[in-house]
Amino acid sequence: MKKHLLLCVLLLTASLPHQAVGQTGGELRFVLHADPKTFNPLLVEDDPAETVRYLTGGVLIRVNRLTQEATPELATHWKISKDGTAITFDLRPGVRFSDGTPFSSDDVAYTIKQLMDPAMHSPTGDAFRSGEGQVQVKTPTADRVEISFPAPIAGLEKLFDQVAMMSAKSPQKEMAVLGPYYVAENKAGSYLLLKRDPYYWKHDAAGRQLPYVDSVRLDILQNQDTEILRLLRGEIHFVNSLNPEYFDKVASENPGMAKDAGVSLDSEQMWFNQVAKAPIPEYKKQWFRSTNFRRAISESINRQDLARVAFRGYAHPAIGPVSPANKFWFNAQLQAHPFDQKSAMHRLNQDGFQLKDGTLRDRENHEVEFSIITNAGNKYRERMAAMMQQDLAGIGIKLNVVPLDFPSLIQRITQNFNYEACLLGLLNNDLDPNSQMNVWLSSAENHQWNPSQKTPETAWEAQIDKLMREQASTLDENQRKKYYDQVQQIAWDEEPFIYLVNRDALTAVSPTVQNVHPAVLRPQVYWNIEQLSLAQQVAEKH
Amino acid sequence: MKWLRAAAIGFLLIVAGASLGANFVAPAGYAHQFREEPDAEPSRQHLLGTDDLGRDRFSRVLYGTRVSLLLAPAAAFLSTLLALLIGGAAGFVGGRFERVVMAATDLFLSLPWLFLLLTVRALLPLNVSAITSVGITFALLGCLGWAGAARVICADARGMRQADFVLLARASGTTGTRLLLRQLVPNLWPIVLAQFWISIPVFILTEANLGMLGLGVTEPLPSWGSLLRELQSYPAISSQPWLFVPLIVFVVVVGSFHFLLRTEELPA
Repeated sequence: MKKHLLLCVLLLTASLPHQAVGQTGGELRFVLHADPKTFNPLLVEDDPAETVRYLTGGVLIRVNRLTQEATPELATHWKISKDGTAITFDLRPGVRFSDGTPFSSDDVAYTIKQLMDPAMHSPTGDAFRSGEGQVQVKTPTADRVEISFPAPIAGLEKLFDQVAMMSAKSPQKEMAVLGPYYVAENKAGSYLLLKRDPYYWKHDAAGRQLPYVDSVRLDILQNQDTEILRLLRGEIHFVNSLNPEYFDKVASENPGMAKDAGVSLDSEQMWFNQVAKAPIPEYKKQWFRSTNFRRAISESINRQDLARVAFRGYAHPAIGPVSPANKFWFNAQLQAHPFDQKSAMHRLNQDGFQLKDGTLRDRENHEVEFSIITNAGNKYRERMAAMMQQDLAGIGIKLNVVPLDFPSLIQRITQNFNYEACLLGLLNNDLDPNSQMNVWLSSAENHQWNPSQKTPETAWEAQIDKLMREQASTLDENQRKKYYDQVQQIAWDEEPFIYLVNRDALTAVSPTVQNVHPAVLRPQVYWNIEQLSLAQQVAEKH
Repeated sequence: MKWLRAAAIGFLLIVAGASLGANFVAPAGYAHQFREEPDAEPSRQHLLGTDDLGRDRFSRVLYGTRVSLLLAPAAAFLSTLLALLIGGAAGFVGGRFERVVMAATDLFLSLPWLFLLLTVRALLPLNVSAITSVGITFALLGCLGWAGAARVICADARGMRQADFVLLARASGTTGTRLLLRQLVPNLWPIVLAQFWISIPVFILTEANLGMLGLGVTEPLPSWGSLLRELQSYPAISSQPWLFVPLIVFVVVVGSFHFLLRTEELPA
């Protein structure tokens, strides 16, 4: 037993990146695709602002992007009450904001008050609104803070990964930060210069203050062609996320730069319109509401080919609502639906469909033909749609692909429901199933195949509603996982969403950047920004 | 410049012949996916390689050329016909009628066409085949593209209204439809023809622009627009120079249409 334990510890240690000591100095450069819309960490909605928040914000708890576990940052310890309505933090002593202002429990109280202020409309705060009533914050001492919520919040501690602390007293307001860098210069449309926070609290194993790199320059650049060229010319140090074509290009010119972190949380999926009032023929609604029909379509699509051809091999057949990249919540009992057109025909025959002269017809002799809408200009979805067109032709189904501009597409899937099937993707950055409540609850607006139901229209949707509510009100993570596993199983059986592929997390990093361990969670490359360092000659050059 | 015109005619005939005979010339169907060979380099089997789904690019160029070369002239015919009817009538009648029609034409010209096309395209029924969809796209282009030509034709017709030969015809008792058909239309013919030839490359370009936005001809039918979209990818064009072939064919065809016009027919 002891041997086993030792082996496990050794394996675990070997699998985690050891915290290597790095070279101090230099300027790390990468690209933002737009100007950040705000520097207020509580109002962040866009990717550029999220990047700045990550690089400059200090949080109480950080989700480690590799292990996906909550780790202490400004809070050394935390404790959640038994009823799940309160959390107590012990704060790290001696921490200062970037302008030298001391950090205390008053700052946490101020931040939470701002976060929950309805007038603030903080998108980050939405996750903490568990029920009617006020959030109470108590500060018994300068390094202890107790936050009480009106109702329990499952997975509470990980939500604090997004809450960058603000100073209650600093005259610099939100520009005084607790992260490894602060914003030193902002030239709109051109660049953003972040400099090392002189008061940053973290130190490396040798006792040197982090971060290693003196400054981070974020060039504002929309065009990814130029971004890749600049990477290959050595003008920037990494690209956080790139598509398969660019990845291959980088790999062909500098194999050491291209890094595939494996399957990501992002998925591509299609669904059929099951809205009762949708302006589509009644017989088609019957097809789309049939589990056999959906399963048959799913089994007729060659997901391996989609991953291999449409994504040049940088994707994996999707299994269900949760990607295998989500280590804890993924239901490992499930497998991707196989490509099996015989089984698909068998299911269709059960529903009275027959193949006549190469064309599939339903019981009433209607030809099986439907359209799939997707957003125009997304070449991966257009490729997938074209491949699905050929796959479905194999069982006599005619698929019409309709690329639409995005506003028209959104109008169709959310307002007039004038569509038959839709192909879209989901960018997912949240591991917890609570973030999926607005999709899986039958009453939710984002329950895409049949949104805003007054009461669940099918037994399996009622069952999902029940399980999602139970997992959201249970504090025991293992019990929550059991409930969510069942949701995944039902979603796999019923296939309201036909999950097609999960993309890989592709990054490109210059070999001059050290201590890089790309993760599948955002931000893939710089999640350990304080530990990144530049090779000696590069650091000295700056 | 005669030889240039002859070369243009020859080139257009070859391209038109090859694309019309695509069913016999093309080595594979335009939609067939050789999934084991995506992005293949040119070879004996695939003269211009394959696209990202493994479809034979040479076949797609032939079929795409057929789509663009058949439908662009059809759209040009429709728009020129509308321009002749509207512009010709306005110029011939003159007075308040001409002012109202030309004001409407100016209003039409000031509309943001691309957005209008996107909107109209989004309002079309979803379950239409790719061929119907491309037909509708070009019909739309034809219906929307008459205004510029109508102004030119109107100006020409207005000039003729006061011309000596028309006054002479009127003096000798020719009026109404007879005057229109026997005197005006034959004299408007060169400008109408010029407008027709000029419109063809304009519609080809417009469809290509829509194709670049993913809103032109729908999959799996190819068109020059969808073929040119491959050039949007920097990594692809830097390693696959044969992707430029559709662009070269496109440029030479559009150029050839201009050479078809005699110098005196070209707009100043």
